[in-house]
Amino acid sequence: MTTQPVRFYQVGSFAVGNRLLPDDDRTVQSDPTRSNSLDSGHRACQGCGEALGARYAIDAAMRASQGQLVAVNATGCLEVFSTPYPETSWRIPWLHSVFGNAPAVATGVAAAMKVKGRSDVRVIGQAGDGGTVDIGFGCLSGMFERNDDVLFICYDNEAYMNTGVQRSGATPPAARTATTEAVGPEPGNTFGQGKDLPRLAMAHDIPYVATATVADLRDLEAKVERAMGQRGARYLHILVPCPLGWGSAPGDTIKVARLAKETGLFPVFEAENGTVTAVSPIRHRTPVEAYLSIQRRYAHLFGENPRPDIVARIQAIADRNIATYGLLVDDESDNHDPKDPEGVTA
Amino acid sequence: MFQVRIHGRGGQGVVTAAEILSVAAFSEGRHAQAFPSFGSERMGAPVVSFCRMDDRPIRTREPVMEADAIIVQDVTLIHQVDLFAGLLPEGYVLVNTSRSFDELGLGDLFGQFHRDHLVTCPASELALEQLGRPLSNAALLGAFAALTREITLDAIDTAVRDRFAGALGERNVAAATAAYRFVTLAEEQVRAATD
Amino acid sequence: MLRQIEGSRAVAETVAHCRPEVVCAYPISPQTHIIEAVGAMVKAGTLSPCEFVNVESEFAAMSVAIGASAAGARSYTATSSQGLLFMIEAVYNAAGLGLPIVMTLANRAIGAPINIWNDHSDAMAVRDSGWIQLFAETNQEAADLHVQAFRLAEELSVPVMVCMDGFILTHAFEGLDVPEQSDVDAFLPPYEPRQVLDPDDPVSIGAMVGPEAFEEVRYLAHLRQLDALARIPALAAEFSEAFGRQSGGLVSPYRTEDAETIVVALGSVLGTIKDAVDVRRDAGDRVGVVGITSFRPFPRDAVREALSGARRIVVVEKAFSIGFGGVLSTDVAMATHDADCSLRTVVAGLGGRAITRRSLEELLAAASRDELDTLTFLDLDHGIIERERARMTATRRSGPSAENILRDLGTVASRIG
Repeated sequence: MTTQPVRFYQVGSFAVGNRLLPDDDRTVQSDPTRSNSLDSGHRACQGCGEALGARYAIDAAMRASQGQLVAVNATGCLEVFSTPYPETSWRIPWLHSVFGNAPAVATGVAAAMKVKGRSDVRVIGQAGDGGTVDIGFGCLSGMFERNDDVLFICYDNEAYMNTGVQRSGATPPAARTATTEAVGPEPGNTFGQGKDLPRLAMAHDIPYVATATVADLRDLEAKVERAMGQRGARYLHILVPCPLGWGSAPGDTIKVARLAKETGLFPVFEAENGTVTAVSPIRHRTPVEAYLSIQRRYAHLFGENPRPDIVARIQAIADRNIATYGLLVDDESDNHDPKDPEGVTA
Repeated sequence: MFQVRIHGRGGQGVVTAAEILSVAAFSEGRHAQAFPSFGSERMGAPVVSFCRMDDRPIRTREPVMEADAIIVQDVTLIHQVDLFAGLLPEGYVLVNTSRSFDELGLGDLFGQFHRDHLVTCPASELALEQLGRPLSNAALLGAFAALTREITLDAIDTAVRDRFAGALGERNVAAATAAYRFVTLAEEQVRAATD
Repeated sequence: MLRQIEGSRAVAETVAHCRPEVVCAYPISPQTHIIEAVGAMVKAGTLSPCEFVNVESEFAAMSVAIGASAAGARSYTATSSQGLLFMIEAVYNAAGLGLPIVMTLANRAIGAPINIWNDHSDAMAVRDSGWIQLFAETNQEAADLHVQAFRLAEELSVPVMVCMDGFILTHAFEGLDVPEQSDVDAFLPPYEPRQVLDPDDPVSIGAMVGPEAFEEVRYLAHLRQLDALARIPALAAEFSEAFGRQSGGLVSPYRTEDAETIVVALGSVLGTIKDAVDVRRDAGDRVGVVGITSFRPFPRDAVREALSGARRIVVVEKAFSIGFGGVLSTDVAMATHDADCSLRTVVAGLGGRAITRRSLEELLAAASRDELDTLTFLDLDHGIIERERARMTATRRSGPSAENILRDLGTVASRIG
């Protein structure tokens, strides 16, 4: 597992200040000469997890490829807010075709680079969960199956956000969306549905699959770097909270992402050629309520007519993930902050 | 223009036969066109192919509606498909069989067309002897050459070798030659009988 | 060198000589022989450097071509019918982005009912997409048009599709001259993009354009197509100079000089029509035919000029707009709206129904006697129609019309024409 062990006492959190690290151990984001691939001036919402995730990921990829990078973007929030006519906030070569074909278009770019003897130019395909899990899935599976030399990144905010928060194949159970309203006996999205894209990616036996969140910059950058160090089909699934769609406070984006991991609802791991090779362990096991209760898309599970039964089912999913991926380390004693036993503060 | 229609079933090389015939005509300096009337790849389905030969460029794309020659590669199509539709009065019929026209229930053809323009040839059996498999298309082309004199056996052989490489080509040429001889002999006998 | 080969083979070899750098396609009858042949050449190394991508759908095929073209590679794909519809979003996208992709469209009917035989409904489905659409009359022209297509596409930054009748041309063996590699190299320079994904000079391609500028972007595309109206004949002339034969251009008239009745059509049926014209001419009718090679951009002026002097125009077309009438007819009517002549639409050959010389002769004779209806469906079996309508009137649960009609007809493939 790509980790940087650091013991840091003064701040009372798990944030690691770059100024105390040697240059080589610092994050890309701390580097004033970073590419700023997704530059400021884009029109994302306040607190947008996707803007953060894209900036982190692409800057890391630019460093790893020495600036020889092309990005293919599906239709979606990222595409829309990053290229508001007549401006673009991309500082890298960037292509948007249609909603469902980003993986295939990326394949085409990679084929062109190869035929022109420019395999040093690396290709990234990127899309939201809709463009990856649903409408883009056919093309994605084809790209995986052919082992095309593309790193595909899914920015997962668990619904079709740009069109007004509709349910996708990545929407978790019980979440409220505009097409899975919090009404009736089974409010929110239906249980027993949905695609686990990281596992589907692994089923294609591609060289590298990893999940990450915007709560852990180092982990995300390390995974991008690791992915860029390989060739063939690679997949990165990044959880990016959406304040608008999730109904969370814009300032809570990183906290919400951390809680997704710490509850076990979003397992963070790496896999190579179809097998899990490393897991990012939960620091403080946290009950799912802490995560659900700060998002209005789950408000119907609390308040006047609470649904502890549904919360219990969600907890069961978290418990199953923890068991499946081995997300708990045996000895948690070193990780406790006495002032913050639940490890919830950012 | 000389227009040929070949009837058979998928998998018997009906389309290849028309193509080879067109290549043969081309090799003799003529214009030639060959195309199929068939659909999805499926063994056993009825298949029709067409070949036109002319000294002038061929422009038309319609199926062969007025045939100068009809080749029946598979007799199970008789009475199922209107095999002889559009056959011209001076037209030729070549049927792949070891039976006679009468035995096939086609005796009434003799009343409509010239006796020596109607011939049967056991092409599948000849192919079986030469190729080890009853793939009758090359043999039938040899028979066609003998029957109609519209193309030389040499041209057929050249086209067959062009399509089938090496030993396979030679065996198909042998089948075509055997059928050519068979029909030549049969024709001589018919003419001798009617003289 | 003249060779007797299959149309698909000729197109594949010609495309290979155009040095495509990325080829991607998904199998669909009747285009498969083309793409199989190109794939084999790449695999054997005779077409190199070239990346051949076996994609998972037609949508992916056009998308791979989009990515490759935007990255500066000469890209090619081929499809038909259902496949064209499956990629239609990407088809419009390619034109909107101004990518010079060349595609072979082996014309085939669109279902339901599923039908793998030839008609022009697929090409008509994308006629407003911004692609240039060229129709080949013969396999020689089909091969030649691909060479011109790459030149045209790359000069104008507009994608071009070469339409050739499925089965009728793709699967026909005829004598033709595949353009030699050296001649194609002299005619077709390497692809020099107008926009390209290049880390040394980053650009954003495919950004959203709002009401402020969308109309202007569309108008620019329109102007590029109008530019094509001038480039197409010029390229055809240059091609003729280099290769020694006439292929392409906007329209091709035949015996129209003193014609009273002129037929208009697209594609391979023109050959059969010419034979019918000759027969009618021998019978004393002053008839001629105009083939339209460039369907998009539609050569209004050239069509009007070619049809000037005719009293009667008969459009014979392999497509129609259900509930209305002809498609090509509408375009021809626009071009000749101020001319003093009658226009008749004849829909023929749908779903691969054979268009026979005999039927065309009867048609032309009837036209010359002013006996044609405004809209005719050639060789339509009215008995079948009447029986099915009666069936539908008699009972609500009348079943699929296609099955009822097929039961009426008996064994499939028992008809010759």
